[in-house]
Formats: sequence, C-alpha cells, structure tokens
Amino acid sequence: MKLLTGNDLKTGFVTWWTGADWSLHIEDAADVGEQGEAILAAEEGARRVNAPYIIAGEITAEGPRPAHIKDRIRALGPTVRPDLTLKPADPAAGDWVI
Amino acid sequence: MYKYDEYDHQMVAARVAEFSDQVRRRLAGEITEDQFKPLRLMNGLYLQLHAYMLRVAVPYGTLDSRQMRMLAHIARKYDRDYGHFTTRQNIQYNWIKLEDAPAILADLASVEMHAIQTSGNCIRNISSDQWAGAAADEITDPRPWAELLRQWSSFHPEFSYLPRKFKIAVIAAEEDRAAMRLHDIGIQIVEQDGVHGAAFYVGGGMGRTPMIAPLIKDFVPLDDMLSYAEACLRVYNRYGRRDNIYKARIKILIHELGAEEYRRQVEEEFVHVKSLGIDPPKAEFDRIAAQFAPPPLDASAPDAIDRGDPDFAVWVDQNVAKHKVSGHAIVNISLKPVGGIPGDASSAQIDLMADLAEKYSHDELRVTHAQNIVLPHVRKADLHAIWQALDEAGLATPNLGLISDIIACPGLDYCSLANARSIPVAQKIATRFADPARQRDLGELKLKISGCINACGHHHAGHIGILGVDRKGTENYQLSLGGSGAEDVSLGTITGPGFDEDGVVDAIERVTDKYLATRTEGERFVDTFRRVGMAPFKEAIYG
Repeated sequence: MKLLTGNDLKTGFVTWWTGADWSLHIEDAADVGEQGEAILAAEEGARRVNAPYIIAGEITAEGPRPAHIKDRIRALGPTVRPDLTLKPADPAAGDWVI
Repeated sequence: MYKYDEYDHQMVAARVAEFSDQVRRRLAGEITEDQFKPLRLMNGLYLQLHAYMLRVAVPYGTLDSRQMRMLAHIARKYDRDYGHFTTRQNIQYNWIKLEDAPAILADLASVEMHAIQTSGNCIRNISSDQWAGAAADEITDPRPWAELLRQWSSFHPEFSYLPRKFKIAVIAAEEDRAAMRLHDIGIQIVEQDGVHGAAFYVGGGMGRTPMIAPLIKDFVPLDDMLSYAEACLRVYNRYGRRDNIYKARIKILIHELGAEEYRRQVEEEFVHVKSLGIDPPKAEFDRIAAQFAPPPLDASAPDAIDRGDPDFAVWVDQNVAKHKVSGHAIVNISLKPVGGIPGDASSAQIDLMADLAEKYSHDELRVTHAQNIVLPHVRKADLHAIWQALDEAGLATPNLGLISDIIACPGLDYCSLANARSIPVAQKIATRFADPARQRDLGELKLKISGCINACGHHHAGHIGILGVDRKGTENYQLSLGGSGAEDVSLGTITGPGFDEDGVVDAIERVTDKYLATRTEGERFVDTFRRVGMAPFKEAIYG
C-alpha cells in the first residue's frame, strides 16, 4: 500500500492522509494507490500541510504500518520518550516501530 | 558578560518583527513553503520528524541566570518541558508550533538572545572554550575575540549566502576544549615575545569528509584578526564550490587548492581587506573586552574541600576543575545520567542550574560542546551545597570525560536527516558501564555517536566513535577508534563491519576489555590505541 504523509503547517505535527482529510493517527491512514501524486499536489496547494510525500507501507492487524523505520518513528513519536508518543500508555508501542 | 548595545537591540527587534510578519503571511497562505523555508531557517526554525525544531544561539556558550531561566520558560510554555543542549553550545526545542515562533523569538530578545544564523549557509554561532575566563591554563579570555567575531559575522552582507555553512571556534589555551581544529576556522590566541596574536587553522570539519584544519597563519596580530578572517572567508566565498553540496565546505577547497596556495590567496586578499579598515578601533574592542572583566573573586578564599562525604568526593574528583583563582573551582554539571538522554534537561533542571549560577557562580553559566553545563566561578567552600542541590535534581552524575559522558546527536528519534537512532545506543552503553568504579578505572574515554554521516555527534573525533547508518532499512552501527577533538586532534579509523544496536555495545565492551589488558601505567585508552594500533582491537572485536 502507499501512504501520504506530511507535517501540519501550524503545528508541524506528523499527519496522514485519510482519504478525505488529515489525521495525526496512522490508524486512520488510507491507501492512496496511484492517486498519491494528484492528492499531494492538491493538498500542497491547499497549504495545510508541509513537505508531503508518499511512502510504502503494509496493512497489519494493527492497521497501516510504514515500510521504513523513519516513518514508523514519525508515526509514533520518539522511541526514547514513550511519554511523548501518541501511545504513552502502551508499553508495546515501541515494538511496533522496531 | 557582553550586554547588548542599542544596535544589537535594534537588529534583533527588527528581525523579530520581520519574521513575525513572515510567519503571519505563511499561515495566511500568502507565501508557499518553498518561499518560506529559507526565511524560517534563517531564524533557526527547522522542520524535523515530529514538529518544528527551534535552535537558539548561545554565543560562545556563555549565558547568565536570566537567560537560562528564559530557556526554561520557553521549554515550559511552548515546548514539552525540556530542551536539548547541542554539540555547538546551543539549545534546541523539539516541539515548537509555527504560530508560537514569533512569541518565542520576542521572549528571547527580551533577554538578549535570538536564533539568528543557527541555520543556513552563513557563519554560525561562534563557539569557544567553556572554561574561558576561568581556566587555569588560558593565556587570556578568548570571549572578547569571539564576541568581536559574533558582531562582525552577524548579518554580514557578503557572507549570508556562502557556498555552505561556516563554523568558527576561538580558544586561548593549549588544551583544546572546543574541538578547534575541526572547525572551518579555528582560532587560537597565542603569545609570541610577550604579545598576543591569533593562530589561524582553516579547513577543518567533520561530516562525510572529515579533515583536520591545517595551520594557515601562526601569528596574526590581534589588530588584524577581523581582516584576516574576512580574507579567509572571501577566498572561500569566491572559489568554494556551489555546484555540489558535498564538496562545498571550505575544507574541500583547501584540500583541492592545497594549504600553501590557499594561504597565498588569503595573504593577497588580506592586503586589500586591511585597507578597508574593518578592524575595530582600540576603544571599541576595549569596550567589548571590559564586559568580560573577571568577576570579583577573593583569592584568599579557603582552598580546602571537606571530602568527608565519599559520594561528594568522587564528584569533586571527576566533575570539578581547577580555577585560575585560588579558593575557587569550575563545576561541570553532567547532563548524562545513566540511561538518560545526553544533553536533555527539563525546565525544572534548567531553572535549578540558573538558580545555582546566580547564587554561587557570579551569575554565569556555560554550555559545552560535550552537551554539559558549567558553573565557571564557584568558591570551593560552596561546592558541597552545589553538589547536594544537583544531586537532588539528578544532575550530579560524576562522569565528566568518562565512557558514559557520551556525546550523541538527536538521531533518528528526532532528526529528519538521520539514518539511525543515536540516543538508545548511548543509553545502552551508559547502562552497560554504569558502575562508577568501572568507569573511573577505564579513565578518560570520549565516546561520540552520530546518527548520520553529517556527524553532529562528532563520531570522527571520539576515542570511540559510532556512526549509525541505514542498511537496507535496518539500523546498523559502524565503530571507529582513535579519534580526538582535543589538542591531540586525530580522526578515528573504522574497525570493520558494523553491528546492530546490541552488537555495538558488546563490541565496545570487547574494546575496553582489550584496553584494560593492554594499557601501561597511566595510559589513556586513546594512548594505548595509538601505541598498539588497530590490530589487537580488531581481533578482540571480530575474533
């Protein structure tokens, strides 16, 4: 699958394209298939997101998972500060990254 | 400490106003990210993995308690309650919102700080010896010269768009505590026949092509220092490569030209530059230097230290350094607790260090390139009280210069350029060698970790260096041995094939075991490595 991601213009937070809007949670991410470039161009024009790009991912039991570790860290948060990730109460969240 | 004059205030205030309007226009959609990016970078605002990151300049690493408290305030109000002290004596905030950036810069300006020229292809924050003004071995305080360079390089119209970023360090002691020869220009204030001058080392650096700066001029009269620096920059600006980012640093130019030819061109340019009259009149330099006058220290203060508390005694032995004035000491506060994140400090810890500086250190603090904090002017009689306060705040780890005093870049946990995580490796190494007695037995051992080839973690200059790389989507760590950023400067040599995260920790333990079995009396790790070479260590690592 292909995922579209970027950083929110105002906050800089990592965002994922859901098919209709942007979400902070990768669980909401949609497979953009071959439409990625067109969505990217439109959303960049809308100026709500910075530096959008398309990445490879896979569907897992927990939902979409980026293929590369860098994007998995982006999706969760810093592995060395579990308290600052999107899943501070989940001790296994780091396993999803690594 | 230097205090802003009206020009400094006006320049910084004007920049805050300008950037505030640029942010407003960006948020309103009036300018694109492509248009905005160079503007935000000129104000130290990066976009990293999780959010915007703001890098705040701490000129030559010196700040007072009021400024330090402002750094805590920013962490508390605008970020997530902590900051990260960097290998260029700055501080970074990892979770800044674009809409808050103008308010943060205004807050910084209120205490004579800014984030200008902490990014971009310009002259970056001038770095220096963190013990400047206090070190027993310095011939003078290098900071007035660093401040002069700061003023000269700030908004320098000719050097705002250099081929690549440019870093300058200034020291005035034989012991190099600032990795001076690994800068684009390293200046050492030296003495000849009772007169001070500046030795210019040009063309050093780390990154993907590490080089040690050659000596370009052994003695530049201090009255000519700015003109000589200008000449060095002009030759680089004229001939430095702009067609290839990987060959754009001055080190590449000097390597390709040869030091002799570069020197010849600089000397030729210097003759012209000197005629322009850019060196300040003596009265102006004296005005700057007066602001770095030594604090009123009582040389008759008691020199003895009550070492009755063994934990305190260990901390004194490891983290306290000799001051130039009797009865006083330099306190080095380690930001490297075992298992912690190198260089990180909470707002409460930053506030505490500010309080201690105000109460015990003539209101001065320093940020070190090794990501620690210094209280430079402390009475020995106050050391125990300082240690107690630091200990309660988790800031009394007695490991300065030991294996757990690790320099580590933010790595892939935060940085968009990184290929591998640095911090977890640092944490595992520090935990493996957590026993303080074991660390002290190993002695001075500078371990430095970078998460990519840009080498912000100074791995080339580590007695033991680690470089994180991406091997087919998996983190892998290359080990190097024998580097040094000190006066015995050298570049590390890669041991061989890399390791995974746990494997590199095991490899380091095999290296230290081999060192313990091989060293002679009083020999540091790097000395043993230089004596016996790579072979025995390689055999210990790979069998």
